[in-house]
Amino acid sequence: MNLEAGRELVAAPQSSWSDAAAAGEGAGPDRPAHGDDDDVSLAVDTSARDAAMALARSWSLRAAALLAGLALWYWAAKIHLDFYFRFDNVPTPLAVAEALWRHAHEAKFYIHILISMRRIALGYSLAAVVGIFLGLVMGRLQTIRDLVMPYIELLRPIPAVAWIPLAILMWPTEESSIIYIVFLGALFPIVLNTIHGVEQTPEVLVRAAESLGASRVQIFWHVVLPAALPSIAAGLSVGMGVAWFSLLAGEIISGQYGIGYFTWNAYSLIQYPDIIVGMLLIGVFGTLSTYAVQLLMRPFLAWQRRTR
Amino acid sequence: MIGRVVKLEERAAAKTGRGADKGRILIERVAVTYGRGAHMHMAVTQTSLEIAPGEFVCLLGPSGCGKSTLLNCVAGYVRPSQGQVSIDGVPVTKPGPDRGMVFQQYSLFPWKTVFDNVAFGPRLAGKGDAEATSTARTFLEMVGLSRFAKKYPGELSGGMQQRVGIARALANYPAVLLMDEPFGALDSQTRAMMQQNLLRIWDEFGITVLFVTHDVDEALFLADRVLVMSASPGRVIADLTVPLERPRLPEIATEEAFVRLKRRCLDIISVESLRAFEQQNR
Repeated sequence: MNLEAGRELVAAPQSSWSDAAAAGEGAGPDRPAHGDDDDVSLAVDTSARDAAMALARSWSLRAAALLAGLALWYWAAKIHLDFYFRFDNVPTPLAVAEALWRHAHEAKFYIHILISMRRIALGYSLAAVVGIFLGLVMGRLQTIRDLVMPYIELLRPIPAVAWIPLAILMWPTEESSIIYIVFLGALFPIVLNTIHGVEQTPEVLVRAAESLGASRVQIFWHVVLPAALPSIAAGLSVGMGVAWFSLLAGEIISGQYGIGYFTWNAYSLIQYPDIIVGMLLIGVFGTLSTYAVQLLMRPFLAWQRRTR
Repeated sequence: MIGRVVKLEERAAAKTGRGADKGRILIERVAVTYGRGAHMHMAVTQTSLEIAPGEFVCLLGPSGCGKSTLLNCVAGYVRPSQGQVSIDGVPVTKPGPDRGMVFQQYSLFPWKTVFDNVAFGPRLAGKGDAEATSTARTFLEMVGLSRFAKKYPGELSGGMQQRVGIARALANYPAVLLMDEPFGALDSQTRAMMQQNLLRIWDEFGITVLFVTHDVDEALFLADRVLVMSASPGRVIADLTVPLERPRLPEIATEEAFVRLKRRCLDIISVESLRAFEQQNR
């Protein structure tokens, strides 16, 4: 094919690399590993059906696993299973559902949830802004990195709970100390992942941008930042998980509102089903907010999905 | 848009009167050393070259012979330890849009569409959106990939990606096109097609091309002049004119003149490799 294309080329040099030639190329030898859209579209009919089947299967398995877990829990709580760990004080799923239904009619319940979400929103957004900024700067400028890195190394292993006494002493209100703890928790994964992302920037792309006339600032916006985005997205995802983790630690020990407070208070008041209601809320909201972060990042990473 | 097309035609016209156009590369006593003291490694020893405007020159040599280093001096990525490179009398101090660069592989911005990759240079140059758009369209059409403008580079084959790379480098209307083993990663049929089309573009533009390769056939097929380099320390050991007629077809590789030149290149290279090998084992 290419030899023929070559002869054609000499006869009509203007049209040798025309779109028609490009289209023909799809079936020719200039189509290695990466594939092309032409015959993929032929396969779409069957592969789309296969994918739908696989998805349905996957979700039904997930639902089945959850149902089986519920059944096991119900059974263990019902017979007061006592085998190394004890189920005699664990409420049944029905009792938990009942408690949840009752709380769903109380305004106070929603205040707990809203206050927790506000703390997450404030602490996490601050962490995202500060973390991405710090990470980008540290990734590009060795001096800043040398100045800031020791603090990150030293402070990172300190768990959120350990910060609580000092946070209460340092911040004027209980609310601000809890937000601070959420902020700290989310900050480290975001900073470290951003630095990692900046380091991943392929040098050849920086060189390409330079030879196209990009300034340092333009290289930063057009090359370094987009190259770091997948890693930043991962950091934001992990950071959201740690934010909830830290929030709960803060709320259990101080405050009068929040899901953490609600959960711990239930233990003090011997409202055992409420413990599990609180735990489930944490699980559901933690998952949903992490998913929201991923959803928000999606448009920025469209090129990655298309490339795969 | 019209202005650009006219400019293309002007360049094509200027091509007929070769030598008058821009793109003279002057390499004066350039040497590149890495490290210092006992670890000092001489990548390129004192080299002086002159490449005429519109000339197609191949730097040929085994890997590690410093041919890419020399190219990177012209590109401005590597600062020579001694000597200087200049383009049309202007000394090279850093990379710039007057020298288009085509890399070996994976140098397109994966987060920009094919179109935005090509339009990036004109946009950086402060061209208005309309002009950047028409320039990008013109060059994508030239490499036959208009249909793929909205795709991302990862959705294209290796050969197509390199064509976008060439379009991107040319969209700045550089005086010089620098190519660092651009077809090295492609299969042989694709490579043959890319070579022919590169020659067509070169012919259309009258642009000076400095092309690095380790493939003797590729160098002889493309170049007006082949500079053979040897390793440790890297230097130009032969400057061969390729008097083959243009336009060239792949069949040229079986012609006697071609075979004779090829044998000569291989002889020079094998003597040098042997010498380098003995040097290492001493």
